[in-house]
This record gives sequence, structure tokens and C-alpha cells, in this order.
Amino acid sequence: MSEIDLDTARKVAHLARIAVPDAHLPALAQELSQMLTFMEQLNEVDVEGVEPMTSVTPMRLKRRKDGVTDGDMQAKILSNAPDAREGFFAVPKVVE
Amino acid sequence: MSDLNKLTIAEARDLLRQGDVTSVALTEACLTAIEGAGKLNAFVHHTPDLALERARAADARITAGDAPSMCGIPVGIKDLFCTEGVASQAASRILEGFKPEYESTVSAQLRDAGAVMLGKLNMDEFAMGSSNESSVYGNAVNPWKDGARELTPGGSSGGSAAAVAADLCLAATGTDTGGSIRQPAAFTGTVGIKPTYGRCSRWGIVAFASSLDQAGPMTKTVRDAAIMLEAMCGHDAKDSTSADLPVPDFEAMLTGDIRGQKIGIPREYRMEGMNPEITALWDKGAEMLRDAGAEIVDISLPHTKYALPAYYVIAPAEASSNLARYDGVRYGHRAKLGPGDGITQMYEKTRAEGFGPEVQRRVMIGTYVLSAGFYDAYYNRARKVRTLIKRDFEQAFAAGIDAILTPATPSSAFGLGEMLDADPVQMYLNDVFTVTVNLAGLPGISVPAGLDAKGLPLGLQLIGRPWEEGALLRTAHVLESATGFVSKPPKWW
Repeated sequence: MSEIDLDTARKVAHLARIAVPDAHLPALAQELSQMLTFMEQLNEVDVEGVEPMTSVTPMRLKRRKDGVTDGDMQAKILSNAPDAREGFFAVPKVVE
Repeated sequence: MSDLNKLTIAEARDLLRQGDVTSVALTEACLTAIEGAGKLNAFVHHTPDLALERARAADARITAGDAPSMCGIPVGIKDLFCTEGVASQAASRILEGFKPEYESTVSAQLRDAGAVMLGKLNMDEFAMGSSNESSVYGNAVNPWKDGARELTPGGSSGGSAAAVAADLCLAATGTDTGGSIRQPAAFTGTVGIKPTYGRCSRWGIVAFASSLDQAGPMTKTVRDAAIMLEAMCGHDAKDSTSADLPVPDFEAMLTGDIRGQKIGIPREYRMEGMNPEITALWDKGAEMLRDAGAEIVDISLPHTKYALPAYYVIAPAEASSNLARYDGVRYGHRAKLGPGDGITQMYEKTRAEGFGPEVQRRVMIGTYVLSAGFYDAYYNRARKVRTLIKRDFEQAFAAGIDAILTPATPSSAFGLGEMLDADPVQMYLNDVFTVTVNLAGLPGISVPAGLDAKGLPLGLQLIGRPWEEGALLRTAHVLESATGFVSKPPKWW
């Protein structure tokens, strides 16, 4: 049985960039623990010498010529931005 | 002609080509059906004007003699597909207001073949769920009812399944990461096929778990699945995992002849405490295929038991990475910020407000299994188990098995709200028969095969060899004919 404590739950939430109020951390920790316990069945499997799967179909990824295929669509790219100004995406101040 | 919305694709195509019906008439019949079906909450974005415009264009093409099979056929599109100028939200608050400037390859291929988009269909948020209850739009409702009890249409493609079963459209697109086409198809008495990984381009489909996601059609019959799948498939340079293989004429492969085919029955799918009705249906399905000339062979897929835990490591890991793009900067929702909030608070508040509980849970579990110190123990181990799961299938196929018959789901549709208090793992068990297929990248199809004691549809799943969707559809077509499933839910909505 895997136990995720409150500090770990808080850390995971921060790594995932999801604000989780302190009051919700115990429930989150419990849910994560349940899921990890479920996953731990995988420890029963003998995986000695087995390659981790990287591609489900045995084919090489296709390559294309390294060249510009489109561009000139600033307005389209910004059209869905919650805050776009002067041709840029606007965000809160990042550096002082 | 009445009830045009109840036609199959094949019937409508033939009537269109004979000039006996117009696409405008078909489209109007579907739009009327959609208007009267608000209670099902299947269509969540309506595009009637666009639909009629495309229907008129389709009629012109048909008159001019240039009509591919999907030309003039009204379809619904799952909200996961980006559609140009039309809201595409993946049923999430975080994509509120998002109107893509581009069209997904699959929906573009359907559009270019003349298919008429009626609107966007409900689903679980980011395709994470098996009951359509994680949707920001509220759940879709199954047109099949158990007395007064309202049921889930399944998920994640719940809106697609409900819309097809209720004849709101002739067919719909779905996507399947762990069973999201096949489980809702089974719950609604419809047909759903997930093709081989790489058959359909993933470009423009909101990504959940990129190594597992595949699009596919949800239809009223196997023949319709063959017709629509052909229009959706094909190589796309914009998806590096898209297969550069010719797309066969799937419909022409529905010969009805499966003599000599070897059908495997995997013993590990016969689970303890399994619903006896499901076991009986499975046995009956095997008998029907035997009567049609197939050979039934007991097989073993020894790592089946580990598919669900492996999936629930790999899929959330990929999701946590894919969903990192929802940061409140380029599209969708951005949280209102307080004084002094910086960019980290913007990300954290935006994602807390924008993602529902199930999506948050999966993003966080994915973050955990990918984090330093746990990567090998969880993520790498799951990928090794995935190799073994795929090897099980390869060995079965190498031994001469042509297709594998299993139940599609562990039960018929359950009641809405019934799983809300269960722990998340209970809901995941819905995928127990379907998830292996995604992990192995194989094609799988759910075919309605009968009704249970409550009068609700049950499905059987056939799993095929990679790239052999045609042979899989042929076997599914024989099974469909043998079961003679024609039941429709009585209209109550």
C-alpha cells in the first residue's frame, strides 16, 4: 500500500501547476495513494530483460525536409489568446 | 419520405445517388431530431447554418456526379476534434471560447468527402472518463433507459454514441484511448471501431495520451463503419505516427465469408465474478462464428491482468505532458488574478479553475509517476509491461489466430450518478476488456450482440491483426448478421 503524505501531495500539485487549497490536500493524498496502490500490481510482473515500449507500431518516424512550411499568420495565432497586445501574448510580469 | 434521420449511411448514400433524397432533406431531418433531443444533451455546439450550406454543396456535387460515399451524409463530430471557426472545447472549461483557426485532418477529410457536420458532441473532459459525467457541459444521457432510471451512454465518446443511437445523426466521430469508442458503442447498441494506431491522423485532435489515442467512426451498422472509416483514414504528413499505407476499400471486404478464420477466445478475459449474462452472450457469439465456418480456438494472453494498471500509469503520464499547454496564455480560460499574482499563480489558478476533478487527478498522478525518483519504478516499468502485453497478442497472431472475440464491457450501461461515490479505480474497471487493444495498438470493434434481462444492449468486441481492419470488419459483419440485433430505444426524450 503506497502512502502519499500531505507534503508529497502539495509538491505534486505544485509540479503540475494546479492550485490545491490546503483543505483539499488530505483527499488528494488519499486518491493518489489509491491509484498508486492499484498500479503496484505491476511489481508482480517479471520484466527482466524487457525493453520499455517506445513505439507501438514497428515503423520509423517519417522525416521531412527541414524548411519553413507556413508563417505570416500572427492574427490567427493570437485570435484565441485571453490577453493579446501589440502582436504579442500578454502575461503578468515575469522579471522584476 | 419520413424519418430520414433514421437511415444508415449506406441507405442514404444509395438514395442520394439515385436522386430519391437530397442532402438538404437529410440534414433538415437530423437538425429537427437534434432540436427535439435537448434532454439527451448529446450535441453541445450546434452548427445548423454551416450544415445546410454544406448540404447544398453536397447536393450540387452529387448532381454533378462527383460523389464519394460520405457525400451529403449528416454526421456529428466529437468535441475533441478541432473544427475551424467552431467551438472545440474537449468538454473542458479550460478551452472555453476556443475557436480553432484550423480543421483536424480527420474532420477535414470527412468535410472534403462531402460529409455534413451538424455540430459538436458531448464527451468526458479531455476524453478522461467512462460515463460522460466529467463533461463541463453536464453529462449526455443514454437514449436507452432502465424503467425510469436514466443511464450513462458511456464515455468518453458518450455524446457520439447517444446521438447515433437516438438517430440524431447518421453517424459520428469518436476517439478511443482506452475504450472510449467501444464502451459507449456497447452501452447504446451501436457499432464503434478503433482502428490500428497510425491509421487515422491525430493532427488537430486534442491530445490526451498520444501513444494510445486513435479516432474512429461510431455508426448504426458495421457496413457504415467500413464506409466512414475509409473516409477518415490515410497518411498525413502532419502526424509523424500516421501510417503511410494504402487504405483499402473496407466495404468491398464485407463478403460474409469467414470460413476457415481462426477466432481466439482468451481465457484471461473470463474473469471471476463476471456477469453471467455477459458470459452467455460471449459463448453465443463464439457459437455464431463457428456456425459461419470459423474455427474457435482457446488462447492465452497472460499479461491481461496488468493492462489496466499499466494503462493508468502511461495514459496519465502522457496526459500530464500533453495538458501542460493549457496555461492561460495562448487560448481558452485564464483565471482572474489577485494583486501581486505572478505568472506561477496565473498558471496554478487557471489550471485549478479550468480542469475538472478527474482531469486534475490524472494530471497529478502523471506528474508523480514522471517525477525524479519514480520514473523507473512506475513509468518505465509500465512501458515494459506494455511490451509484454503486445507480445501476448503477437504470439497469438503468430500461432495463426485471425481475430479475438471478447466481451466489450463488464456490464450494460449503469445509472447516471451511480459511480460518483466510488473510488476512481472502480470507474477504470469499465475499460478492462478494451484497454489491452490500445496498449498493443491493435484494431478493435464493438458490435451490438443482444439485450440483457433489463432490456439494455450488450456488445461483443472483436480484436484484429494490425492494419487488417478489413478482415476485422468482415468478421464483425458476419457476427452482426448472425445476432440480428435491430433493437432501438423507444423515444422518450
